[in-house]
Amino acid sequence: MVRLPYSTALTTLFSYGLLFAFGQLRDLFRKIIDWFKSSSEDLKGYAPICLGLEDFYTRRLYLRIQDCFCRPIASAPDAWFDVVERYSEDSNKTLHRTSKTSKCLNLGSYNYLGFAAADEYCTPRVIESLKKYSPSTCSIRVDGGTTDLHTELEELVARFVGKPAAVTFGMGYATNSSIIPALIGKGGLIISDSLNHNSIVNGARGSGAAIRVFQHNNVAHLEKVLREQIAEGQPRTHRPWKKIIIIVEGIYSMEGELCPLAEVIAVCKKYKAYIYLDEAHSIGAVGKSGKGVCELLGVDPADVDIMMGTFTKSFGSCGGYIAASKEVVQYLKDTCPAHVYATSMSPPAVQQVISSLKVILGEDGSSRGSQKLAQIRENSNFFRCELKKMGFEVLGDNDSPIMPIMLYNPAKIPAFSRECLKQNVAVVMVAFPASPLLLARTRICISAAHSREDLLKGLEVISKVGDLVGIKYFPTEPPKHETKVYKVE
Amino acid sequence: MIPSHLKSSVGDSKEDAGFSAFGLGLELERRGALESLKVEVMASAIVNATTAVVEWASMAFDAPFADAVVFGVHVDGHLVVEVLLIAVILFQLTRKSYKPPKKPLSEKEIDDLCEEWVPEPLHPPITEEMKVEPPTLESAAGPHTVIDGKEVVNFASSNYLGLIGNETIIDSCVASLEKYGVGSCGPRGFYGTIDVHLDCEKRIAKFMGTPDSILYSYGISTIFSVIPAFCKKGDIIVVDEGVHWGVQNGLYLSRSNVVYFKHNDMASLESTLEKLAHGNKQAEKVRRYIVVEALYQNSGQIAPLNDIVRLKEKYRFRIILEESHSFGVLGNTGRGLAELYGVPIEKIDIITAGMGNALATDGGFCTGNARVVDHQRLSSSGYVFSASLPPYLASAAVAAVNYLEDNPSVLMTLRRNIHLLWEGLSDVPGLMIVSDPLSPIVFLKLKNSTGSLKNDLELLNKIAERVLKEDSVFIVSTKRSVLDKCRLPVGIRVFVSAGHTESDIKKVSESLRRVATENL
Repeated sequence: MVRLPYSTALTTLFSYGLLFAFGQLRDLFRKIIDWFKSSSEDLKGYAPICLGLEDFYTRRLYLRIQDCFCRPIASAPDAWFDVVERYSEDSNKTLHRTSKTSKCLNLGSYNYLGFAAADEYCTPRVIESLKKYSPSTCSIRVDGGTTDLHTELEELVARFVGKPAAVTFGMGYATNSSIIPALIGKGGLIISDSLNHNSIVNGARGSGAAIRVFQHNNVAHLEKVLREQIAEGQPRTHRPWKKIIIIVEGIYSMEGELCPLAEVIAVCKKYKAYIYLDEAHSIGAVGKSGKGVCELLGVDPADVDIMMGTFTKSFGSCGGYIAASKEVVQYLKDTCPAHVYATSMSPPAVQQVISSLKVILGEDGSSRGSQKLAQIRENSNFFRCELKKMGFEVLGDNDSPIMPIMLYNPAKIPAFSRECLKQNVAVVMVAFPASPLLLARTRICISAAHSREDLLKGLEVISKVGDLVGIKYFPTEPPKHETKVYKVE
Repeated sequence: MIPSHLKSSVGDSKEDAGFSAFGLGLELERRGALESLKVEVMASAIVNATTAVVEWASMAFDAPFADAVVFGVHVDGHLVVEVLLIAVILFQLTRKSYKPPKKPLSEKEIDDLCEEWVPEPLHPPITEEMKVEPPTLESAAGPHTVIDGKEVVNFASSNYLGLIGNETIIDSCVASLEKYGVGSCGPRGFYGTIDVHLDCEKRIAKFMGTPDSILYSYGISTIFSVIPAFCKKGDIIVVDEGVHWGVQNGLYLSRSNVVYFKHNDMASLESTLEKLAHGNKQAEKVRRYIVVEALYQNSGQIAPLNDIVRLKEKYRFRIILEESHSFGVLGNTGRGLAELYGVPIEKIDIITAGMGNALATDGGFCTGNARVVDHQRLSSSGYVFSASLPPYLASAAVAAVNYLEDNPSVLMTLRRNIHLLWEGLSDVPGLMIVSDPLSPIVFLKLKNSTGSLKNDLELLNKIAERVLKEDSVFIVSTKRSVLDKCRLPVGIRVFVSAGHTESDIKKVSESLRRVATENL
């Protein structure tokens, strides 16, 4: 939970108020100037494509700090990468690329196990499959888009996750958006966590079912909502709900917190609701052998009705999967629009997932997989611990490789980002609309590819910039006195 | 005293009857007068009595208050009555109105309800059709592919320009893989923007002749992210009834008012626009769009763009054109529907396309004027909240566009192949071609439908299976999900590619003719 000091809240609100006021003033001047200039004949009779209020945030707030987002890179998103330098001649309205790049420490990409760059086991196999199958099959899965690679991947994913069967899609976002409408429709109820990802929200809206929200990670509130809803039934007609699905995520990407899965499953079993677990950030990254939150929290995968995950984060590829019982997977293969209407996953990407899964499982004949898993756990815990000692407000649970550091004040967003970039550390800023308006933060993603020196450099720079910008909201822990060790010759 | 009407009724001819009537009348007259006199006397007596009572009452009331003055107001008797009435009204208002008592459910009752409730199973019963698995390819999905160890001629991949297996494209992909790895490990806003993405966007914009374009990471997510980014609640969208699921989902998510018009019927479109233009008085504030596909994948028809642009300008609508299957195919140089009809590209407001067809890569793009493209960078959910396109697919797209621009003759080959196929399939019994002669999706419909979509599909699936097993030609029938709202007829789709040879085309026509004769 975020603990916001009152003075910080006041100053943040004041800053936003000031920005808002200036924005409105500039809009007013813009309107006056436009009134003098006549509008072009072509646009007469058409309503503007974006109404004034809708993109107020974009024009007046986001554009000022546009250089902190969408930074292009010119190399693989590994532990160190090349960030392209950009300049602007009209105070950030348009940014131009230069051909200069600067090598920076990557604390922003989702590269949990270090498969992002060329890997000694995966890359040769990927190139081989590219030459054999071409970059795309140009066909939907149910027509001519299923190759033997796809079947192999589905079996491997099902085995890895611990479910009887699995089906894979070419994009993680499209997985959520098209699976949820296939599972539940009008007359059903979806209860989802308040901080769920946009793809889940879109999928839930597209399904036509009623949606209720429970407070983030609050199992007591979930139970209360469930009881009320089952007792009341559908709105107005009070008929009983056809089915109820509860959607939670393994690790929440903006908080770094794990979900209390065991308690949620207990509640679901008691009230006969189905549970849908989105493991986009946790599969491959947590758990002793990388099998996700189920392994970490000691939950049997058979208790979770539907497990969803993506291949973008830990496996260095693209796409998503759903693992469930054989019948559910058969039904989904027949109905799900992402399977029936969308181009199948690109074969080299499929091969990348197969190879990385084999490395994680140890089936490539080496112990690199378990090394990587141990490395990321160690890195995450060390980094989090050190940041907390320095006095930053860090969110997230232990073992989770995502650590958001709270900034709050809007002016600190560009300050932190630019200062870090000057010292060759690339961090990610999260502002509205990805997070609530007053709770801006910077998010660190640790990778198994980071060595101890990389982490120490990162800590040093963040500490310096943190002092400069003033985000150490908690008192620092004094360094422990080192005991002198006398060597006896 | 004789009333005038009685006077006139006395006639000369009927003296006797008239005389007695006259007498009766007089008698009645006299009685009536007496009666009215009595009534008058009684009435005046009552009035006098009432007045007397009222006077006495008011005197009785006034007497004690005759000299009372409260707050400078002379208190009259009627004031007391009024005060009493007001007191009664206030008293009634303060009483609680009668409502049947609302008892919330007790905990035990909620427990019972939860016990009793039985949910539906997560999936409906599995039918035989659901268990059918599609054939598995063992090599690249080019014009010839390997299924179950046998080589087959492949008419099921939308590989229109024959770019699967092209050496230049594969080399550029290999270079990209070695430099950038496979995935981009982040959304566009958070270090997922790689320079190949920016190069690809510029290349596509240059090819299409527009100021800018934006890349999406999956073909189908392009259209269902673009539509909700521009169409909000209250806007009006006129859309063809034959659009595919991606468009339908985008329309549903946008929560706008959606009006369908008959598939590819310009008269129906015009009448719909006319109706909407008349009904709407606040047309200035509301955004209005027409959404059409350039080449419909559900029927192979091509939208007549010149008519649509004329209608759009007349009724002040904007066009969203979905060009997934026509980009790289239609027009002299493959620039799409606008080039085919000679319409300047500025007249089309938003063009979207998936790159999984002619360009033999994955992902999608959207292009238009600068404002359209910039708006999507922050408000299109499939762009902001999803990981970006893998860099090797972006370099494949650039290589494919370069190839298309350097070799426009590949389009001539494609057109020739389509023409040959039309000739070969023109006399197949039981099946007729309903797609456009320029369309590389040759759509064959049953001449005599069995009446139900399910039976039609069974029959077509049987034909496709037999063609594959007996003649080693891979064709497919329409696949439809239960979530799809499109009701166009099902059929067999033959995807023609520029990589097919004449003998391939002959093979598929002969095979279809033979199997159709046997089965239909």
